[in-house]
Amino acid sequence: MGEEQDGAILRCEHVSKRFGGLLAVDDVSFTVERGQVFALIGPNGAGKTTLFNCITGLFPPTTGSIWFEGLDVAGARPHQVARLGIARTFQNIRLFEYMTALDNVRVGQHARMHAKLWDSLFKLPRERREEREVTERAMELLRFVGLERYAHDYARNLAYGQQRRLEIARALATQPHLLLLDEPAAGFTPQEKVELMELVGSILDQGITVFLIEHDMRLVMGISHRIAVLDHGEKIAEGPPEEVRRNERVIEAYLGRTA
Amino acid sequence: MSEAVTPRRGPRGWVSRIDWRDRNTTTFAVLLGLAIVFPGLVQFATGGNGTYLVSTAADAGVYVLLALGLNVVVGFAGLLDLGYAAFFAIGAYTYAMLASNRLAVTPLHHAVHIPFWLLLLVAVFVAALFGALLGAPTLRLRGDYLAIVTLGFGEIVPRVFRNLATWTAGVNGISALDVPTLPAWITGPWAGTPLAIVRDFQFIDPTAFYVLMVALLVVIVVLINNLQRSRLGRAWMAIREDEVAAAAMGINTVTTKLLAFAIGASFSGFAGCFYGAKLSLVSPENFSFVVSVTILLMVVLGGMGNIPGVMVGALAIYVIDFYVLTNLPSWVSGAAGAVGLGFLNQPQGAWPGLGDETQRLIYLVFGLILVCTMLLRPQGLLPSRVRQQELARATTQESLADVESA
Amino acid sequence: MLHTLRRIRATLAGPLGTAVLAVLALLVIVFVIVPNVISQGLGLFVQILAYGVADGAIYALIALGYTLVYGIIELINFAHGDVFTLGAFVSLPLLSAFGLVEGKSGGAHLVLGLLAVFLITMLVIGLVNVAIERVAYRPLRNAPRLAPLITAVGMSFILEGIMYLWRGAFNVHYPDLLPGNRIPITSGASIGAKDVIVVVIAALLVGLFSLFLSRSRLGKAMRATAQDRDAALLMGIDINQTIALAFFLGAVLAAAGGIIFGLYFNSIRFDLGFESGLIAFTAAVFGGIGNVPGAALGGLVIGLVQAFSNAYVASQWSDVIIFAILILVLVFRPTGLLGMRVPEK
Repeated sequence: MGEEQDGAILRCEHVSKRFGGLLAVDDVSFTVERGQVFALIGPNGAGKTTLFNCITGLFPPTTGSIWFEGLDVAGARPHQVARLGIARTFQNIRLFEYMTALDNVRVGQHARMHAKLWDSLFKLPRERREEREVTERAMELLRFVGLERYAHDYARNLAYGQQRRLEIARALATQPHLLLLDEPAAGFTPQEKVELMELVGSILDQGITVFLIEHDMRLVMGISHRIAVLDHGEKIAEGPPEEVRRNERVIEAYLGRTA
Repeated sequence: MSEAVTPRRGPRGWVSRIDWRDRNTTTFAVLLGLAIVFPGLVQFATGGNGTYLVSTAADAGVYVLLALGLNVVVGFAGLLDLGYAAFFAIGAYTYAMLASNRLAVTPLHHAVHIPFWLLLLVAVFVAALFGALLGAPTLRLRGDYLAIVTLGFGEIVPRVFRNLATWTAGVNGISALDVPTLPAWITGPWAGTPLAIVRDFQFIDPTAFYVLMVALLVVIVVLINNLQRSRLGRAWMAIREDEVAAAAMGINTVTTKLLAFAIGASFSGFAGCFYGAKLSLVSPENFSFVVSVTILLMVVLGGMGNIPGVMVGALAIYVIDFYVLTNLPSWVSGAAGAVGLGFLNQPQGAWPGLGDETQRLIYLVFGLILVCTMLLRPQGLLPSRVRQQELARATTQESLADVESA
Repeated sequence: MLHTLRRIRATLAGPLGTAVLAVLALLVIVFVIVPNVISQGLGLFVQILAYGVADGAIYALIALGYTLVYGIIELINFAHGDVFTLGAFVSLPLLSAFGLVEGKSGGAHLVLGLLAVFLITMLVIGLVNVAIERVAYRPLRNAPRLAPLITAVGMSFILEGIMYLWRGAFNVHYPDLLPGNRIPITSGASIGAKDVIVVVIAALLVGLFSLFLSRSRLGKAMRATAQDRDAALLMGIDINQTIALAFFLGAVLAAAGGIIFGLYFNSIRFDLGFESGLIAFTAAVFGGIGNVPGAALGGLVIGLVQAFSNAYVASQWSDVIIFAILILVLVFRPTGLLGMRVPEK
């Protein structure tokens, strides 16, 4: 077991990801402090989701290391990353559409459950107890995101905003230390965005670090402690919101070069 | 909450948890009821000559068991297995070799006679082992390739049994298998004798096999139901829905799929053991690709993923295959003769006569059922509610109305 | 254990894997082929070789159809083998129609007649396959993956069912029209004119097909669609037409293969396609799914494996060996010899 250095929960060091001829992520390094909200922003196609995918094990980085709570997780498989304590939502919402909201969240607890084949097959008391606990916890999480009345509805029947919240509840079910949110506010109304900011605050109160990708500047500036900016795969800025919003390279990247 | 679409959650106590309005539960109840009265009914209807039908019903039960097992692989976990008959063969040959005099004429020179009840367990584990061996290196393949690999395995296994003739008697198969016995059992008026306890009860009467099969099916259906509503069952469904998201939730997709595969295989082995004991003969010709597809057809037609649906599908296909299609030639020839088209029954040149030609329909019928089901009613006869929505794109009872008023 | 497997696969994927395959081939040659050549003579060896190449040529034709369709819609067309058989069946009445009778036809009549039969059969079977795609696969293009797979199996049964109804369960004789001359190579060793003819026809077809794929506009459209469907769509390529074309061409090659099979083996049966299809698929995977030289090379190798296994091992084990190769290739080197496409998720 490694040690954490100065409260960092996630540290990316010189991470690059190459797809054939395309360098999607180019030598990116940054640190996410425990208990913070860290945001990753940048124009479309900058490599943000690719970076998320590297961190969560969808594919390994071509070079570089990714330290999570002292362990190098670069190249770990997705389920291993989840068990270590990193959870995520997806840019395009990947819910289990034809399962109920309750079941979605219960699946999220899979890695924290202990029921073995034998227990499930014969519905041993131990398994039944665990199922009750899991169901209770799932209901709690649904309450936490405000969806408990939809517990028995199929995920695909929920409204868009509800689906996004369900995905967060499901991710929280894995009992993460670090929660990765990939554009959680995409398509949200202003009211929903306010609610999301409150939700992120509540999540922080639980001791979970939040790392998000977002396009809505007001949201990002409003809740982040620290922001990193990617453009064409490179990190072009990092710092507290006030600094980043005044950074010339950042403004250029978003608005394009003035003639 | 809209009752028809949402699943049930009930208080403690399993009786009160049974929802009699749930279509699945009623189907189970109907099937069980029918199964219990069937032998008596048949004997009554045929004036005591119904033993053959009871025997056939027991055989049908084997296929129901096979369909249930394949359902775990295809319906729950979403993996296409085209060589399922291989595990059926493995189970059957396990019984044949270890409960007969076969091994006496092999280089081993020593016959083995392990009791049927123990061999059921042995067959389960042997088949599961082969399932795991096959699945471990191949389950990460895409669906199409996995299907082909399982097909290849399904072709290899019976051929190996056929080729290793010194051990398996090759094409002739192994016969004169041990009869299962119970140390003690009861006999009564249904067998024409007064109520009494019998020692060394031998499973010779097909009715005994039938009762055994019904009992086994009840137990197995309960077990599979348990699995479906457990951590593992949800993991399977999650993998089937979205493998990437499932992995992101901490599910080890490879081992979970492997479990589905091995458990599915173990059911097949279990069925094979029973089948061998009842038939008292195993031969490599009974485990061809057609058998694998027949079972797949049962699962698909019945409603992938839905346990009672699969059981009904299995019975439906069994009846079509072993009753309708077998008797169709004589029915058709008879009908042709009755309406004055009797000349069609005579072979002429390449025309083999209406009867034989009708018999050749089996492939076409199977193919048509598969294709039409997938195109017209992909959710099967009795789909799980999930499947119904997934494939038929029916309009669902909305709870959005609740949202609007929120 | 799974982890080591992954590592083995990773190492075998590269040139090391090719080296391993080469070593295995060498071992087979040294321990199986050479002793048998010595004990049973060179003449037999040459015959088997010729037979294997001819056999392989037929498999190559079928394999191309698999690779073509898989490349475009990522579906293993389970019914493809039966399309091959259907070609043979359909050509039978055509042969009589053109007056091509065993032992009585020769010269220009034979050549022209066969050409006509080939062209008509290929056209008909091509159209049949296009119809199959339209009716059975296209509606399910967006359905969960299991659906078109199952439909393909059903389609295979339908085709076999049709042929079963048509000509029954047993072997059907196919006219022996090709010259039976033997061409001596060395003393005691000769190959048949049939072997040569079969290989020449197959090579011609593969060559024409390759040319079409690389030079023609439609061919390029097909390759583009195979690489990136969305981009092709954006370029204005008609995806439906391209897919239909892939099915058409695949069936054309398979039908030709069916006729050649009939002419060479003189016997066909309704369920020929099941086994031949599976073996041809093994060839496609072995050579590398997704490219033409891969299918051709794979066909050749598998044909030789079958021939030598039949002669030097025992014919009842040939299928087992080939299907074992299928599984082993997919487990240890899914890209095959020349392929790029990886059959993993």
